[in-house]
Amino acid sequence: MTARRVVITGIEVLAPGGVGVDAFWDLISNGRTATRGITFFDASTFRSRVAAEIDFDPEEHGLSPQEIRRMDRAAQLAVTAARGAVRDSGIELADTDPYRVGVTVGSAVGATMSLDQEYRVVSDSGRLSLVDHTYAVPHLYNFLVPSSFSAEVAWAVDAQGPNTVVSTGCTSGIDSVGYAADLIREGSADVMIAGSSDAPISPITLACFDAIKATTPRDDDPATASRPFDGTRNGFVLGEGTAVFVMEELERARARGAHIYAEVAGYASRSNAYHMTGLRPDGAEMAEAIRVALDEARMNPEQIDYINAHGSGTKQNDRHETSAFKRSLGRHAYETPVSSIKSMVGHSLGAIGSIEIAASVLAMRHSVVPPTANLHTPDPECDLDYVPLTAREQRTDAVLTVGSGFGGFQSAMVLARPERTVT
Amino acid sequence: MTGKTVVTGLGVASPNGLGTADFWDNTRSGKSGIGLVTRFDPTNYPARLAGEVPGFTAEDHLPGRLLPQTDRMTRLALAAADWALEDAGVRPAEIPAFDMGVVTASSSGGFEFGQGELQALWSQGSQYVSAYQSFAWFYAVNSGQISIRNGMKGPSSVVVSDQAGGLDAVAQARRQIRRGTPLVVSGAIDASICPWGWVAQLAGGRLSTSECVDRAYLPFDAAAAGHVPGEGGAIVVLESEESAVVRGAHVYGEIAGYGATFDPRPDSGREPGLRRAVELALADAGVEPGEVDVVFADAAAVPELDRAEAAALRAVFGPRGVAVTAPKTMTGRLYSGAGPLDLAAALLSMDAGVIPPTVNVEPVPGYDLDLVVEQRSTPVHCALVLARGEGGFNSALLVRSV
Repeated sequence: MTARRVVITGIEVLAPGGVGVDAFWDLISNGRTATRGITFFDASTFRSRVAAEIDFDPEEHGLSPQEIRRMDRAAQLAVTAARGAVRDSGIELADTDPYRVGVTVGSAVGATMSLDQEYRVVSDSGRLSLVDHTYAVPHLYNFLVPSSFSAEVAWAVDAQGPNTVVSTGCTSGIDSVGYAADLIREGSADVMIAGSSDAPISPITLACFDAIKATTPRDDDPATASRPFDGTRNGFVLGEGTAVFVMEELERARARGAHIYAEVAGYASRSNAYHMTGLRPDGAEMAEAIRVALDEARMNPEQIDYINAHGSGTKQNDRHETSAFKRSLGRHAYETPVSSIKSMVGHSLGAIGSIEIAASVLAMRHSVVPPTANLHTPDPECDLDYVPLTAREQRTDAVLTVGSGFGGFQSAMVLARPERTVT
Repeated sequence: MTGKTVVTGLGVASPNGLGTADFWDNTRSGKSGIGLVTRFDPTNYPARLAGEVPGFTAEDHLPGRLLPQTDRMTRLALAAADWALEDAGVRPAEIPAFDMGVVTASSSGGFEFGQGELQALWSQGSQYVSAYQSFAWFYAVNSGQISIRNGMKGPSSVVVSDQAGGLDAVAQARRQIRRGTPLVVSGAIDASICPWGWVAQLAGGRLSTSECVDRAYLPFDAAAAGHVPGEGGAIVVLESEESAVVRGAHVYGEIAGYGATFDPRPDSGREPGLRRAVELALADAGVEPGEVDVVFADAAAVPELDRAEAAALRAVFGPRGVAVTAPKTMTGRLYSGAGPLDLAAALLSMDAGVIPPTVNVEPVPGYDLDLVVEQRSTPVHCALVLARGEGGFNSALLVRSV
C-alpha cells in the first residue's frame, strides 16, 4: 500500500483588509497594509493602540441571531470560513460518510473577546470578585471551553469524524493543519475541515502585551506600524482573522476532479524548552522543525522557492528566525525570497499560521511572492532577501512556512505541488 | 520495533488523593473526595460541591520563581509530571532533548489566573494586568511549562475538546511515538474552581445543585441530576515499547486502541457517535468486545446522556455484557483531566486485579449495565476508557496488559 498523501482543495480566508480569498490576495500581493488605530473600543489608555481589524458582519455571512449570540467572534469567523472553504472545494459532503470527515480548529486564546466582555458584566465592572451568576449569559460555557469552535464548525459542515481544537499559542494555525494532515495520512479521516481562528483584539489582550512590551507603540503611524526585519521594528501589531481549508486524501481528490492547490508535504513541531516568551538567538529548534518537515516531504532545501516567515516584527523573533533559516537551509537561505505578511495583516496569534499557509498556497497559484511591507532599512542582523515593499513574480512550486510562539513552540510546514519530483 | 506505545509512569493529582498511592488506596476502597467548595465562598451560588485536590502546597514542589507566573492547574501539572517521570525512572537530563515531547489537553486554561487579571483590569485599570497574563492562562501553558522544566524539545502539542480532550492528547502522544519520538509526557490537569469558572460552569446547565455529598453526582441512577465538577487529573509517561525495554522500565500497559467521533447535529435525529468511537477503538486494537474486562464510563449523570452511553455499551457488548465503572463518582468530573485519571485508574486496576467501584449509585435497571458498585476482585487485562465533551465529542481509549 502506498502512503496516503494529503492535499488542500478548498480555501477561505477572512483577514484584515477584506473578507474572502480575493480581497486577501489583492491586499498582500499589492503590499498594502490593513493595520490601523483600534476602532473596536476606546484604547486611549493603552501603550499600543494599533491593530489589524476585520470589517466583518456575521449577519451578512448568513449567521442567525441565535448563532451570533452563542458564538464568540472567533467562532463566527471560523464557521464562515469553513462554509467558504467547502464551497471553494466543490466537495459534496452530503455524499461522504460524515464519520470520515473531521475538524480541527487552531486557536491560541479562544473566546477571549467574549470572556473579557462577560467578565465585565458578571463582576459589575470589577466591583465583585465573587462574580454574579445571575448576570451570566446562557452560553458562557461555550466561551469557557473553546472546543465550542470546532463543534460549531462540525455542525456547519455536518462532520462527525475526529474533532478538536489545537491550541499551541502562536503556532496553532500551522499545528492544526499539521494535525489534520496526520489524521488523513493515518486513515482516521478522508476529509478534514482544518484551519484556525482568533479574535483577540480586546482590552485584556492589549493589556498583557503592553505589560511585556511585545506590541508596537507606533500609534502615530498605524499603517506602517508592523515592520518585520526592519531596523526600526519595535513589536508586533495585534490582528484577528481566520483561514480554513478543505484537506483531502490525494487520490480521493483526484478521483473527484478537484482543483488541488497544494500538497501538505511535510510538517514538524519542536519546542525550545527555554522560556515561555523568550527565544535563544540561534534558532536551533525551529531549524530542527524545518529539517524534519523537509525530510518528511522528501525534499532538499534547494527545492524551496519561497519562505513565508513568522516575521512578527519583534526584535528577538526576526533574528531568531533568520538564524533558523540559515541553520536549516544553509546557502539556500540566502538565495530564497523570505517575506512576512504580518507587515500587512498583523499578527492574529493562533490564526495567523493558517492565514500564512493560505498566502503560501496562493503564492504557488499565482506565481507571485508577496512582499514584506514597511521594510526600508533592514536590520544588519537580518541579512536575507526579505522581498521589501513590492511583490515578486516568480514560479513557486514549494513553500516553507514557519511559526514561533509563546510556550516555546516552533513549527514548520512544507507545501508543494503533488506532481513534484520526490527525492 | 513492535510499534507498541506503553505507559511507564503515572503522576496523579485527584480530589480523592494526591499522588498515585493515595489515589489508588482511596479509589479502590470507594473513598470520595467530594466536599463543599473551599477555594472561595460558594454560599450564594446554586451549586456548592466540588472535588478539590487536597493537601497540595505548591511551594513544596516548585521553585519560588514559578509561583507568580502559574495558575493552580499548571502547578499541579508540573508536580504531576515530576512524579510521573520519577515513577517511570526517567531522568530527562540523560535523554536527548529532541527525543522527548509533551502533549497535554486543556479545557479552560488557567482560568483562575485569568480571573485575577480580568479583575485587575476592570477594577484597577489596564496597567495593573500582569505580564504573565500573556501566557499563564492560555491553553498551551502546561505543555510549554512541562517542556521547559524538563528540557523536552521534541514534538509537543495541546488539544482542547472539552472532557474528551484528555484522551485525545494521549492518542496524539501515541501518534508522535509511532512517528519516532521515543518518549512523550501526556495527559491533562484542569482546574477552574474559582468564582469565574464556577459561573461559567453553572451556565453550562449540567452542575448538580444537591448539597449532599453522596447524592450529588449519580450517573446511571434514576436520581441523576447533573454532575459535581472537580479539578486535577493525571500526567502519564508514554514510551515506545522499545525504549521502555531498553531502560528496563516497569510497564503499566499498552495504549492499544483509540477512536474519536463527533455527535451529529442536535436536530439530525441520528444516533450519537459514542458507539462508533468504541468500535473504532476496538478495531484499532484488534480486540473483540468479549476481550474487554472493564469499561471506565464517561458517566455524565444527565439522564439523556446516561441513557445514550448505556445504549452504546449495550450495542457493543450486549446487555450486562461487560463490567462498567465510574470512579469519577468519587472525584467529580475533571474536564480534560478526567480521561487521563481514568486511564491511570484502569492501569492500576490491571496491576491490582481490582475494579474500583462506582459509589452511591443504584443503577437504573432498564440500562442493563453491569455497574460495579462495590470493589470487585477480578483479573483485568483489557480496559476501555470513555470520555465525552460538551458539544458532542466522543473519545474511546483501550489499554491492555503487555
